[in-house]
Amino acid sequence: MGIRFILMVNKQGQTRLAQYYEWLTLEERRALEGEIVRKCLARTEQQCSFVEHRNYKIVYRRYASLFFLVGVDNDENELAILEFIHLLVETMDRHFGNVCELDIMFHLEKAHFMLEEMVMNGCIVETSKSNILSPIQLMDKLS
Amino acid sequence: MASTSIMDTLFQRNLDDLIKGFRQHQVKESVFIAKALEEIRREIKSTDLHTKSAALHKLSYLNSLHGIDMSFASFHAIEVMSSPQFLHKKIGYHAVTQSFHEDTPVMLLITNQLRKDLNSHNQYEVSLALECLARIGNIDLCRDLTPEVFTLLSSSKAFVKKKAVAVVLRVFEKYPDAVRVCFKRLVENLESSDPFIVSAVIGVFCELSLKDPRSYLPLAPEFYKILVDSKNNWLLIKVLKIFTKLAQLEPRLAKRVVEPICEHMRRTGAKSLLFECIRTVVSSLSEYESAVKLAVAKVREFLVDDDPNLKYLGLQALSTIAPKHLWAVLENKDFVVKSLSDGDFNIKLESLRLLMAMVSENNAIEITRVLVNYALKSDPEFCNEILGSILSTCSRNLYEVIVDFDWFASLLGEMARIPHCQKGEEIENQLIDIGMRVKDVRPELVSVSRDLLIDPALLGNPFLHRILSAAAWLSGEYVEFSRNPFELMEALLQPRTTLLPPSIRAVYVQSAFKVLIFCIHSYLISRGNGASSSCPENLSSGIAGTISVRKFPESSGLATLESPAHYEEDEEFDPRDITQPFEDLSIENGRDATFSIGQASTSASLPKNIFTQESIVNLLNLVELALGPLSVNHDVEIQERAGNVLGLIDLIKHEVLNPIVQGEEILAREETVASSVVKLMYDAFSKELGPVSSSAQARVPVPEGLMLNEDLADLEMVCGDVQSPLSSSFSLDSAQYGEILGVSPSNIQSKDESEPSNESTSLLAEHRKRHGLYYLSSEKTETVSNDYPPANDPMSQDKLNDDADDLVKFTEQSLAPKKKPNHAKPRPVVLKLDGDEISIAAKKPELMGDLLSGAVRDVLLGNEAVPASSLTNQSDKPSSRRKGKEKNIDLPLESENIGGEEMAGQGNTSSRRSKHHRSHGKERRHKGSEKNVEGKEDNVQKEKKKSNHSHHSHKARQKADEPLNVVTQTAVVPDFLL
Repeated sequence: MGIRFILMVNKQGQTRLAQYYEWLTLEERRALEGEIVRKCLARTEQQCSFVEHRNYKIVYRRYASLFFLVGVDNDENELAILEFIHLLVETMDRHFGNVCELDIMFHLEKAHFMLEEMVMNGCIVETSKSNILSPIQLMDKLS
Repeated sequence: MASTSIMDTLFQRNLDDLIKGFRQHQVKESVFIAKALEEIRREIKSTDLHTKSAALHKLSYLNSLHGIDMSFASFHAIEVMSSPQFLHKKIGYHAVTQSFHEDTPVMLLITNQLRKDLNSHNQYEVSLALECLARIGNIDLCRDLTPEVFTLLSSSKAFVKKKAVAVVLRVFEKYPDAVRVCFKRLVENLESSDPFIVSAVIGVFCELSLKDPRSYLPLAPEFYKILVDSKNNWLLIKVLKIFTKLAQLEPRLAKRVVEPICEHMRRTGAKSLLFECIRTVVSSLSEYESAVKLAVAKVREFLVDDDPNLKYLGLQALSTIAPKHLWAVLENKDFVVKSLSDGDFNIKLESLRLLMAMVSENNAIEITRVLVNYALKSDPEFCNEILGSILSTCSRNLYEVIVDFDWFASLLGEMARIPHCQKGEEIENQLIDIGMRVKDVRPELVSVSRDLLIDPALLGNPFLHRILSAAAWLSGEYVEFSRNPFELMEALLQPRTTLLPPSIRAVYVQSAFKVLIFCIHSYLISRGNGASSSCPENLSSGIAGTISVRKFPESSGLATLESPAHYEEDEEFDPRDITQPFEDLSIENGRDATFSIGQASTSASLPKNIFTQESIVNLLNLVELALGPLSVNHDVEIQERAGNVLGLIDLIKHEVLNPIVQGEEILAREETVASSVVKLMYDAFSKELGPVSSSAQARVPVPEGLMLNEDLADLEMVCGDVQSPLSSSFSLDSAQYGEILGVSPSNIQSKDESEPSNESTSLLAEHRKRHGLYYLSSEKTETVSNDYPPANDPMSQDKLNDDADDLVKFTEQSLAPKKKPNHAKPRPVVLKLDGDEISIAAKKPELMGDLLSGAVRDVLLGNEAVPASSLTNQSDKPSSRRKGKEKNIDLPLESENIGGEEMAGQGNTSSRRSKHHRSHGKERRHKGSEKNVEGKEDNVQKEKKKSNHSHHSHKARQKADEPLNVVTQTAVVPDFLL
């Protein structure tokens, strides 16, 4: 399963995007998000970006006001996940042009679409920005 | 109706409006959501697809970010999903993917839609359907759509193919039979020219091989090619993960990959790839010295980096390698110690783990000293982490790193006083554990306990109550090592003990009881010494008792009159002994004394004069005063124990107080009563109780013919006649004492008391005769008892503490001294139990893993015919796994029947089988080395045969076959690797 979930949370702890690759009930999701946000947002920039949580790891990175949190299995490569987060941000940057929290709020489905291109079934399947964006661009033309 | 629908359509709020509404914050969020939800519920029923999909879109948003339940819209989502318009379809798919799970009731309805979209010409529609399948596919969906996925695996569009590959993982997981259909194509895609497709395939294998790596050994050459040729870091990381698993299984493979991995390590600039290489080396290639050296050098680069992430990962890599190459940690010791004061809790924690890995018996004291000092300064959370790891490290393998137990005892006491300490339970356990296991440490333990007990401030901290409980127990149990029992008694009865929870207070009362008995006993003996003429026989036994070896009492709760343990060595053991009168006892004690006269009892070294008439009177008054109110305590344990103590005092007080007033003869008689009672109690408390292996009971073999799982309906009948003796003899100490106290002194004297239990034992004997088969014969017990406690031993059956006799045995047998040379102070003996808990603990996860991989292998084998129960048997015989894989690679569509027929044909004679085994193995090796490619098909044939053999052998459950399997198995791999 590799990646279990991807969350984007702002500084206030509000979830801006949540993508789960395993089924959790709404209550479980809420509890999980609460715990993780509490754990990760309290950490400072000087601390490392990896947090052990329950039986898996959370790799997170902060970009401006937005935290990107990825829950992964224990044997996943943390540095690769950090690169993945960065790739995701770069991709969104390229599409929205200097992406900000509002872009993700108002274009949530696009952010989901990008993630769907990049990750399938918890595995990273696409790492080329232009490949990731081509279906979205096509769709933009369509509508 | 139609008009509202049009109105809805015209004035419907879309998602953007919804989000803007959220941002305006005009009303409370929950109110706003409720209002929006109301709209959505109305709109979603609309017949207009546009309105419907917009409503669904909003609902998905609320579900995803605000946790609103959207299960009511399942059916609408399916409707939107089947829209011909892509934008609607996408919204529908998104909603379904997000909100459906395997048991969603309407799941059946989407199969056809998915199939239609999987066959669509629009690759984006196909992609939507694949995504959906990957997320919510259950067994039905996966089964029904396997043909479509199979077709897509060879699609000409890379966009679709890549996703189809990723979906395969889900399909395999849910519907194992799909392996037969799809596996071959999946493997073919490894050769694809598109790096993303290869990456997706490797991703699938990476996940699969995590669960059951052995099955993928045959694919090693393909993986190897990628490892050497690929330039894509994502891909390389995944291949390395696969090799991490495979190299552990196949040493020759490890030898092959070690060089390319080192090459990557030297060359790559990507930290993620470098780290993955390091991780592979430290976890799977630790035998290759050069690789490890290189990896450790790279780890060092990580450690000195400013990036906390690299620091953390570096430390983590070190702790992975620590068990095998401790030098790597020692080399970086300075850094590790420095990291202990890092600003990051995670880094501190890793550094702590490493420090603990470095602990050995030579440096345990220093490291612990540093850590305890550090714990005093750190925040509560980390302080407890430190204490916890000190405790677990020091107790590892029965305290193997501890040489100086006196130091350890005082360390435990010191830890209890650290302000943030919350490890009360752990410290409690270890205090008692070393008290029971290590005889030499007891005096120190008592003095540590005294310091803890006597400090009234500690009683106010609830985290310390457990420790105080241990301290109270220890000081009662080993009171004869105490320098001043009176002081101890005051500590145990101090007013602030009201702060303790009842269960611990009960321990306090019981310990006070033991201290009291000890004091009076010592007093009587010293008085007896003064008037040696008064009662010679008593005196002699009394002295013998004092000088006698410390016969360490059983746990306070269970102390019964006598323990059969004591009589183990006596051939003529008889249940009657349980209540044997005191004459016997004293003889017994005398004998014991001769056994171990060498061990000077501390009580003898106590200044005799502290047990004066006056001090004893004060003591009795103190106890009466303190326990008086407790005899009406709400807690039964406290009440009962206090009652016992008070009853005893009542019984003996006047004798102890007025010896001089009475005439000599009276004195002699009366004192016999008092001292007899005291002596009895004293002896009862002096029985040694040692540690019992937690698995002791499990090691008692079930006697033949005994059905443990049988219905116990007739238990009543069977037990009816033993009920009464049992109930009386199982009583707890307090009840027993109560009985004794109730009996008049003359009764005790005249052995009347033993009569009823004689009766009960005869009943028991009769019962035993009738149900003989439920008992182990005593003969048998004798022969095997070295290893386990005779739980069914009828003699000990009327004893709750039948553990005790095993303990005596354990102590005798397992005293095997640990050789620890070159220490100024010899390491005291730590009692060990031959059933090491460690090995048992280790076995359990293994079993779990077996079950899991058994399931996966079953998936890959596709032999559903095998009953689940035999799976576990197979799981440790790996050859069948590979065969399953092989079969799938080359004959993906082969029907089950062929395998079954062959199996029936070949698997009949076991002798033939084993011969075949060997020859196949050899043949294969031979051929394989000759011609690689052509031999492959042959291999498959043979593999199949072989596996059928082994398959059969599993069924036959012949353990003898295991080595053979190993032989053939190791012979296979080179063919694929060369």
